[in-house]
Order: sequence, then structure tokens, then C-alpha cells
Amino acid sequence: MNETLVIRNLRVSVEDKLILKGVNLTVRKGEVHALMGPNGSGKSTLAYTIMGHPKYTVTGGQILLKGEDIHELGTDERARKGLFLAFQYPCEVPGVRMANFLRLACNGRAGRELDVIEFYDKLEKKMKVLDMDEKFMKRYLNEGFSGGEKKRNEILQMMMLEPEFAVMDETDSGLDIDALKVVSQGVNQLRGPGRGILIITHYERILRYINPDLIHILVDGKIVKSGGPDLAAHLEEHGYDWIVKDQVPA
Amino acid sequence: MNAPPQELLHRTYKEGFHDDIKPIHQVPKGASHEVIDYMCDVKGEPDWMRAFRHRSLDLFHKQPLPDWLPGLRDLDYDAITYYVSPVEKSARKWEDVPEEIRRTYDKLGIAKEEQKLLGGLGAQIDSEMAYHNIQETLAKKGVVFLSCDEGMKQYPEIFREHFAKAIPPEDNKFAALNSAFWSGGSFVYIPKGVKCDVPLSVYFRINAEQFGQFERTLIVVDDDAFCHYVEGCSAPIYTTHSLHAAVVEIFVKDRARCRYTTIQNWSTDVYNLVTKRSFLYKNAVMEWVDGNLGSKRTVKYPSCYMLGEGAHGEVLSLASADKGMWQDAGAKMVFFAPNCTGRINSKSLSGHGGRSSYRGLVQVRNEAKNCRIQVNCDALILDDKSRSDTYPTMEVDGDLVTVEHEASVSNVSEEQLFYLMSRGIKKEDAYSMIVNGFIEPIVKELPMEFAVEINRLINLQMEGSVG
Ligand SMILES: Nc1ncnc2c1ncn2[C@@H]1O[C@H](COP(=O)(O)OP(=O)(O)OP(=O)(O)O)[C@@H](O)[C@H]1O
Ligand SMILES: [Mg+2]
Repeated sequence: MNETLVIRNLRVSVEDKLILKGVNLTVRKGEVHALMGPNGSGKSTLAYTIMGHPKYTVTGGQILLKGEDIHELGTDERARKGLFLAFQYPCEVPGVRMANFLRLACNGRAGRELDVIEFYDKLEKKMKVLDMDEKFMKRYLNEGFSGGEKKRNEILQMMMLEPEFAVMDETDSGLDIDALKVVSQGVNQLRGPGRGILIITHYERILRYINPDLIHILVDGKIVKSGGPDLAAHLEEHGYDWIVKDQVPA
Repeated sequence: MNAPPQELLHRTYKEGFHDDIKPIHQVPKGASHEVIDYMCDVKGEPDWMRAFRHRSLDLFHKQPLPDWLPGLRDLDYDAITYYVSPVEKSARKWEDVPEEIRRTYDKLGIAKEEQKLLGGLGAQIDSEMAYHNIQETLAKKGVVFLSCDEGMKQYPEIFREHFAKAIPPEDNKFAALNSAFWSGGSFVYIPKGVKCDVPLSVYFRINAEQFGQFERTLIVVDDDAFCHYVEGCSAPIYTTHSLHAAVVEIFVKDRARCRYTTIQNWSTDVYNLVTKRSFLYKNAVMEWVDGNLGSKRTVKYPSCYMLGEGAHGEVLSLASADKGMWQDAGAKMVFFAPNCTGRINSKSLSGHGGRSSYRGLVQVRNEAKNCRIQVNCDALILDDKSRSDTYPTMEVDGDLVTVEHEASVSNVSEEQLFYLMSRGIKKEDAYSMIVNGFIEPIVKELPMEFAVEINRLINLQMEGSVG
């Protein structure tokens, strides 16, 4: 019970428009879940809401992190408690050096000032896994990074912060085949009994590298179907139409 | 928009104290010809300077305030004292500086140790330089670093050849006022081919109340030479106003390079109305690094006049307008010769109701062919009460001239805040990271101790800034 991220009957609106209409989802530590669904169905909305984005208003339901309702917690507190979001569109922060940013973030997560040498050792190792040049550390956060580099950088941050529950919003979109393998490798390294992962994606491809335990389909703000890996393959072939048609009007 | 910063910079303005320092010379208030005569007598100046001062005062009275320059209406020229001197002469040894003045400088952290890192150090208090010294090795190479008054006496030829040639008293009202009452400032001469790698540094302190500081700086960097000049300043907080109207003239001769760094941190009592201009000869390079963090009102547009072919001028400008401040900063570049390049990079912050404006003039004269000018000005506005404006002017007559101009005005973005916070970074830290990141391109050009000081000041401004 305590080692879970539970989304319970979550209703979320943006600018007075209801987007999530009662989402239920439980991710246990050690599990990898995939969330799929048509454009605009509310996948990113769910991701942002879990992280506490101020634009998204929870109008009903709960998010429980290890049993604790996190509604009152700020975004930074959620992160320090072990939540992580890999952004679909990571933003650029000019003038903020990667190394400084990562150090501050890691110190916050650890709740103490980390040893500098230890920090850089770890950083170097993780960057190697992701095949990232160390020059990135001197650059400004995401500024001028290519689309693929930004995505890699998201995984790097995830590997450095070692979250307990991570949501990855379309990390695979815009990656070339090699990058996809590298990123998947990173994710597989993070996979383990101490961590639950929710991968949002449109493509079956990444799921072949990262075998999820469960796949959910979000349509119009509701999870309409959950199942094993064969569900993704079926989607790849038939699209979402059959699910949408299957829906019994509420 | 994100909640505005609440705490104020000047609540923590640690330089806001004043000391009781007895002046040796003090004149009656007001800008009068009698004051000029008194100053000339005390300083023992040549007749041509006396005549120059009197003529300048007449020009000051005649010249109107430019109508595009608002915000100076409540400046009362008659309430100001134009000459206050707490020292008889400028000391060469720190021990010879009067103790009460040394105490002031100790509190400001302009400790004697700083000299070790510097090529030279000067310290002006009110109207006069209390201290001025240069490293032995530089002096041996012929580098001259004196108070401007001493420069006039010891190097009359170089002085007269350049003085008021870049900025004549006719130039503007405040240049005229400075020309009438100038006192202190630096005289720098770098001989041909001499590279003065360590900075020459000067600190200007206003201690007297309702006072006008009119230092005058004249820098001549001869052919193939290099120099970096750094100035800082501060003043007490009174409830009255003071005036700082400096004139800085720089001559960068053939293939020479000069960098002039300013960290202006006046209290919000001070009107800071400064004229800074450089003449660039063949293939010369001039870099103004101009940081404006304090003052009630700043009017300052460091300028580069490209007189020789292939010259390169640069202005890096940082303005931070906090409560009660209006930073009217910018740059001016005038191209008289072919194949010259210029770059202006301006960043401004406005918070707590502060106001900043970028005012830029790029002028390319007919005879200047094939020049390239790049202008970037970005403003970050921290809350709804604050304001930022841009007034760029371009007058291009020359041929084959490339002018690029980019400007942006933004707020601390919610997306950036959210991104940083989603990594566990606290809101205040995220906020100040974004703001410091915004000014980073300028800050990284500053000497280390200034960069640290600026980050500290900006963080103070940010304190309690976010709800
Ligand atoms: N900040 C916002 N302001 C206005 N509308 C929004 C905002 N965020 C989301 N929406 C709307 O909510 C709906 C769901 O958007 P969301 O980004 O969650 O979809 P998604 O499932 O992630 O789609 P995609 O697959 O295209 O990434 C869309 O109709 C979108 O326009
Ligand atoms: Mg999305």
C-alpha cells in the first residue's frame, strides 16, 4: 500500500475546461506502466497535474504518493519527495549552467550538500550511459539543445535525481533510432524494486525496448482500457478507433 | 505574473551609512562663479582652466534640459554644495590617508589588500582623491595613474591635448556642470605598446549631504597599448538628494584596446547623470562594461566614436531598477570611418516599481562604408508595478552597412519556474536562478569580486519575492 503512486478518480480542468474526467491508476514500485491515447486526450495534463503545475486545477479525486495526499504540496516539495516528470517539451533556461542546476537539484533531493567529487563522479558515469559529451555541463540549461539532446537531458536528470516515481511524457518522440536505444537503456537501468515508472508514448517501438508491465489507454480524459503488451501491438495496427467505438456512452 | 519581490534593496544597502568627516574646504551652496574662483585658488590652477570653468558655468545656465529626459524636475541645483574637500592632498601611502576616511573605506571593504590584485587603486571621497597609488612595476613602464588634478599639473601637454576634446562643455547640460566644477577623478596614460594587464581601480564615495560630486576622468591609451579601468561607488542614505555628474573621456589610439568597467551602486538619494565617451582610432577596440544597480535616477549612455578605420566598439550594459529607481541607460555608437564594427548588449531588470529604459543611438555617417552593428536589448520585468521601455534610434547614411537590432521584454516565465521546481528547487532559488541567468552574459564579463557582489545584490532583491 505504501509503495505506490495512486491516482484516484482524478478530475482536472484547465481554464474552466474539464480535461481529466475521473482517472484511476495505481503504479507500484518495481512496475513500469505505459499510458497511450490520442492527441489531446489528457496525457500531459495528467503528468503536469501529478507534478503540481499551477495552471491545472484539481476539481475532484486524489493523488496519493505512498499513501500521502499531495494536493497541498508545491511542485518542488513533490520533487524532493521523489516524484519526477520528464517533460514532453523541456524548456530552456538561459544563463543557468547545467552543472550548477544539477547540483542544486541533487542537493535538494538529498536534503544535504552533496560531496562535490562524489557528485561529479556520478554525473560522469550517467552521462556515459547516455552517450552525452561532458561539454554539456558547461552549457546553459537546454539552451540551443537539439530536440533529441533535450530528451536525453531529461533522462540524465532522472538518473541523477533517482526518483521513486517517474512520469515520462513522450520522451521517445523526436528521437532517432540510436538515441531511442540509448534512452531506453537509461530507463532500464533505473528500473527496479525502488522505482515506479509511467511512460507516456504514442509508439509501440519504445515499449519493445522497455517492456511495460501494463498498458493503459486514455481517451477523452478517462482510462478506457488496460492490458498487457499485446495491447500496444494491437493499437499500432488498428489505431484508437475500435476502442472509441467500443465505448458505451456514459 | 508571479508575485512581486517584497523586500527592498536599500533595506539591505550596507553602504548606506555616513561618517562624520570634517571638511577642510567647503563652499556655500549653489552653482556660482564665486565657488569656481574659490576652487581654482585652493587647487592652484592655471588661468586657462579658470576661464574654461567660468565659460562652462555660463553654458550650464544657458542649456535647457532636453525635453526627452523627464524625471529630473525635482532636482534643485541651488540646494547642492559643489565643492567639499575632506583632504588637503591625495596620499600615496594608505597610512597617510586621514584615519576617519580610512575607517570609511574599511567599512566599505576597500581594504588595502585589494592593491595586491590591482595595478593601481584610487579612492575619492566627496570632491577629492584621498588616495591614489600605482604598482611600482607599472610605474616603471611609464604607466601614469593619478588624480585628474595631478595629471593636469604633472602632464600638462597630454592633458591639454585631450581634455574636453571628446566631451566639450557644449555637449550637454551636465557635461557643462561637470566642466565648471570638476574635481578628482583619474588621469591615466598608457604609453605605446604597454599592456597593463592588471586593472586600475577607483572607488568613489559620497559622504557629504546634498552634495555634488563631479569627478573627471581622462584616459589615453597610446598605440598598441592596453588597459582595464574599473570603478565602483556608493553613498549614504539621507532624506535629501545628491548629484553625481561625472565626465569620462577616453582616447584609444591605433590598435590599442581599453576596457572600462563600472559598477554603479549609489544610494537612492543620488541623481547620477554621467557623460562617457571614447574616441577610437585605427583598429582600436573599446569595451564599456556598465553595471547600474543603484541611484535614484541614472542617465548614462557610454559611447564609442569610431574615428579610425577598422575600429571596434562594444557596450555591455546591465541595469537593475529597484524601488525608487529609474535607470535610463543605454549606449551610443557613431561611425565616422569605414570597416568598423559595433556591438551593444543591454539587459535590464525592473522590480518593486522600479523603471528602466534602454536608450540607444546608432549613427553611421556618410563616409563610413562597410560597417556592421549589432544591437541586443532584453528587459526582464519582475512585477506589475515595474516598467521598462526601449528607445532605439538608428541614423544610417553610409553604404553597405549592416544593422541588426533585437529587443525583447519578458517576465520570469511560469514554465521556467515550474521546470526548475519540478527538480526540487525551491521557488525563491528558482526565481533567482532565472534572474541571474538572464544577466549572466553581462555578469560573466565582470571581474570576479564584482560578479559575486552583483549576484548577492540581485539575490537580496529577490528575497521574499515569491509567495
Ligand atoms: N495550459 C493549457 N491551456 C489550455 N488548454 C490546455 C492546456 N493544457 C492542456 N490543454 C488542453 O487540454 C487537452 C488535453 O491536452 P494534453 O496536452 O493533456 O493532451 P495529450 O494527451 O498530452 O496530447 P498529445 O498526445 O498531443 O501530447 C487539449 O485539448 C489541450 O488543448
Ligand atoms: Mg502530451
